[in-house]
Amino acid sequence: MDIELITNILFATIRTGTPLLLIALGEMVCEKSGVLNLGQEGMVLMGAVVGFMASVITGNLGMGIIAAVLAGALMSLLFGFLAISLVANQVATGLALTIFGTGLSAFLGASYVGVGIEGITAWHLPLVSEIPVIGKIFFSHDPLVYLSWVLFGLVYWCFKRTRLGLTIRSVGENPEAANAIGLSVLQIRYLAVMFGGAMAGLAGGYLSLAYTPLWTEGMSAGRGWIALALVVFASWKAERIMLGAYLFGAASIMHLVLQGLGFEASPNLLAMLPYGATIIVLMVLANDAIKAKLSTPLALGQPYRPQL
Amino acid sequence: MLFKLEKRPSDSQLMAYCSPLLAVVLTLISGALLFASLGHEPMKALYTFFVLPLEDLYGWTELGVKVAPLLLCAIGLMLCFKAKVWNIGAEGQFILGGVGGGYLALQLLDVDAFWVMPLILLFGALCGLLWAMLAAWLKTHFAANEILTTIMLNYIALNLLYFCVHGPLKDPDGFNFPESAMFSDSTLLPVIIEDYRLTISIYFALFAAAVVWTFMSRTLLGFQISVLGEDHSAARFAGFKEKKLIWLVLLVSGSLAGLAGVAEVAGPIGQLNPYIAPGYGYAAIIIVFLGRMHPIGIVFASMLLALTYMGGEMVQMDLALPKSLTGLFQGMLLFYLLACDLLIGYRIVRAKSSPIADQA
Repeated sequence: MDIELITNILFATIRTGTPLLLIALGEMVCEKSGVLNLGQEGMVLMGAVVGFMASVITGNLGMGIIAAVLAGALMSLLFGFLAISLVANQVATGLALTIFGTGLSAFLGASYVGVGIEGITAWHLPLVSEIPVIGKIFFSHDPLVYLSWVLFGLVYWCFKRTRLGLTIRSVGENPEAANAIGLSVLQIRYLAVMFGGAMAGLAGGYLSLAYTPLWTEGMSAGRGWIALALVVFASWKAERIMLGAYLFGAASIMHLVLQGLGFEASPNLLAMLPYGATIIVLMVLANDAIKAKLSTPLALGQPYRPQL
Repeated sequence: MLFKLEKRPSDSQLMAYCSPLLAVVLTLISGALLFASLGHEPMKALYTFFVLPLEDLYGWTELGVKVAPLLLCAIGLMLCFKAKVWNIGAEGQFILGGVGGGYLALQLLDVDAFWVMPLILLFGALCGLLWAMLAAWLKTHFAANEILTTIMLNYIALNLLYFCVHGPLKDPDGFNFPESAMFSDSTLLPVIIEDYRLTISIYFALFAAAVVWTFMSRTLLGFQISVLGEDHSAARFAGFKEKKLIWLVLLVSGSLAGLAGVAEVAGPIGQLNPYIAPGYGYAAIIIVFLGRMHPIGIVFASMLLALTYMGGEMVQMDLALPKSLTGLFQGMLLFYLLACDLLIGYRIVRAKSSPIADQA
């Protein structure tokens, strides 16, 4: 393998890992507040289709991204209404959100299948993108990749340094106590769920406007689910989520690596890799059961109903 | 707020039965609004979606064609959900059954013997069982979350199917289409009525429902499964073997879904192609909730969900609307159901200002 191939592989790893990073960061915040939203896949698909439609209609990619984010946030509100306000079972509601989002996105996008658009193009950052190898790997991406780094920084900082991070965590660890000290548990949970939805929508927009600028039914291909596993793998830590997202990104582009090494393998068999890797990660986590238990938000998945 | 939720002293039995009906009504109303917004006459469109498909005998046999796999998958999932084992993997187990059974059928194309068909069915069910076994092993040995593992296994199964129809099982005389050869008569399930597609797999499904019903209501093991789902610690104190029960429900569910898959390819489809699984495994999840986790309810819910598939095809033909309306209706139905289920444990009362607020 020559240096150019390695550069290309690492470049593609970051591109492929970006949607996972976005979804998993959003889900992490949501889970930190004590809400388990299994509807990521549905929200990603809605972000993808709405973003794509908005771009085609307005002819403006920026509008597409905004629409994608809004679509994801709106979908998460639907989840929030059922799971937070109506205290419905979070597992079932999340599944419902995925089934509904898959159906609705297929319905909305039916007439957009096969429509082509000019996708979001790369921004070669001045100066740094000139650096050999590193410039190509890190600084020749589309703006959404840079945005994902900014968002990562914000989430990381939020939970490391800020009162907001503490507030979200307290609501997820012990809602009764949080309520007793005057925090509005439901409000904070709603906001966290909406942040998760917005991030999933953004990831969807990234998929349909930058990664592969087109819309096909079910194009998220399980990324929402992989991201859910990623959050557990990362034991709810932003920096480990980033690492995990890029590892999975690498697993998803193994065909590039194998081609580089001169192997021929069926693309369908290689497509199994990220899913297989997810299962293996879940197996490895078993060795760390106690640690996983300690880092899980205590009230995760438990509905909260304020007395009165 | 004008209204607020008040916890009922005990769950309302009545609402438990009314909630699915209410959800169906709400779905129909939303459907009418949706059709109206698309510029179709709502009543006519609803009629096209939900009634027109069942106009004649052909329609009813086609309903059976779809009820059979849905019911098989749902009955297995019911067992899992009763034990609070969230098996989302019926879709993958269905595909594995189809691929495994299909593979064997292709090997036995020229063998015309009585044992061919039973063997194919058994092998299909076995493949589904093995796929579910993976999930059971991951859950009991590695405490891996079964929702995530079964979904990953679904995607792997789907890619395995694609691999098979693009590669080793592709019809050599098929003009390079990703399809297997058509199965021979001896490898196809017998139909019930001449010239219609409905096969005896509907009997398998009804039989499975009856057996599982008896099992759950009449045997100690069935009782243990219910207890495990209601209260883990109670089950442990009573000395029930939790892991054994998890294996049991997953294996039964996997083999039923596998049977559904093989009966589908060695039945109405008659070959392997990339489209053998139109989401029956996911629709079965909705069926279990809608059917109140009871076999009788599940039979009716299967018919309703089967109808959503036919309705989708019907509006595509008659009104040129996308077939994906099926998924949309299914999603809406589950959402409304979950919302209505709130009324089982809570009732809506007029909010009065609380005494504490008065003092303030």
